[in-house]
Amino acid sequence: MKNHRLPQEVNAGSMADIAFLLLIFFLVTTSIENDAGINRSMPPEVNDAIVDIKERNLFEVSINDADLIMAEGDIINPKNLREKVIAFIDNGGLPMQEEGYCNYCKGDRMADSSENPDKAIISIKAQRNSGYPVYVAVQNEVIAAYNDLRNRESLRLFNTHYETIYSDYYNEEISEDQKGQLKERLEIIRALYPQKILEPETVNN
Amino acid sequence: MIKFNKYRSSKSLPPVSTASLPDIVFILLFFFMTVTVMKNQNLLVENTLPTATETEKLDKKDRVIIIYVGKPTADGNLTLGDEPRIQMDNKFITVDEVGDYALQALSSIPQHLRSVATVSIKADVGVKMGIIEDLKSELRMVNLLKINYTTYEGAVVDNI
Repeated sequence: MKNHRLPQEVNAGSMADIAFLLLIFFLVTTSIENDAGINRSMPPEVNDAIVDIKERNLFEVSINDADLIMAEGDIINPKNLREKVIAFIDNGGLPMQEEGYCNYCKGDRMADSSENPDKAIISIKAQRNSGYPVYVAVQNEVIAAYNDLRNRESLRLFNTHYETIYSDYYNEEISEDQKGQLKERLEIIRALYPQKILEPETVNN
Repeated sequence: MIKFNKYRSSKSLPPVSTASLPDIVFILLFFFMTVTVMKNQNLLVENTLPTATETEKLDKKDRVIIIYVGKPTADGNLTLGDEPRIQMDNKFITVDEVGDYALQALSSIPQHLRSVATVSIKADVGVKMGIIEDLKSELRMVNLLKINYTTYEGAVVDNI
């Protein structure tokens, strides 16, 4: 009798509970993937090119078995690596009259450091027992040094950050014209500070 | 207390309706359902990545070959010992096999993307450089030259 008078309403109160259960399940199983890292390209296997490098143009960074970092013959604190690399690349040691003089460099122009950024080469050497994180840290600092310098030039020439140009270039929503312009700018900056990182074969021990 | 009781008994305020709560929760649910990526690889190795600041995003999944390096985990296999191992496609492989498996993975990438294929090296913090160097020379052998040391975002001093 009661039912006839008052049609029973379905209680939706537990709907929230069910949805919460599902929600918690997905929250737990979701793993936000970390897809960022340091991009490097290796030289091809067949590489007969032998280039004479002046000692002043080579900045050697080595990592030993105890994960100590040595740069230019001294054990250094990893925190100082970046500024040392910047000082080396940006040295611009050639005198003003000579060809290859670096007019945008702001370094100390020392006679025993790199001639110009185009000639400056960083060599990263690790031993088989060196830790991978330390190696990544060194790579990171060297790339950071290049990025700092590129950023500086990018701000000077185009008044934008290098990263902004770079990320805009890979943004697919921009027009062809803009893309062309950005590419041009990227190439100009990259030509000013070309990334030259050398990785000699690991020494066996 | 008296005041409180009075207030309740007066029934001037109806209870807050929770009828829309399921809707809100469902919206959240759908959000998580859509962003969830089901893992298609079972991790058999320890994988705590190092940190770095100068990272670039690897957002285009269709051209990435992933190689894991690390100590085998307990649920991988206990008999494998402590030496870091290489994992690709849900199984352990030796250094010599890396080239073959990498080429196999490359062949599953669409033709027009093969020239931009990137190998993402996901190596654990406990890994030594030796195995990484071997891996790199194997990849060079099969002409996969674009590599990415996949890392977490963070200061590099944490690594040392």
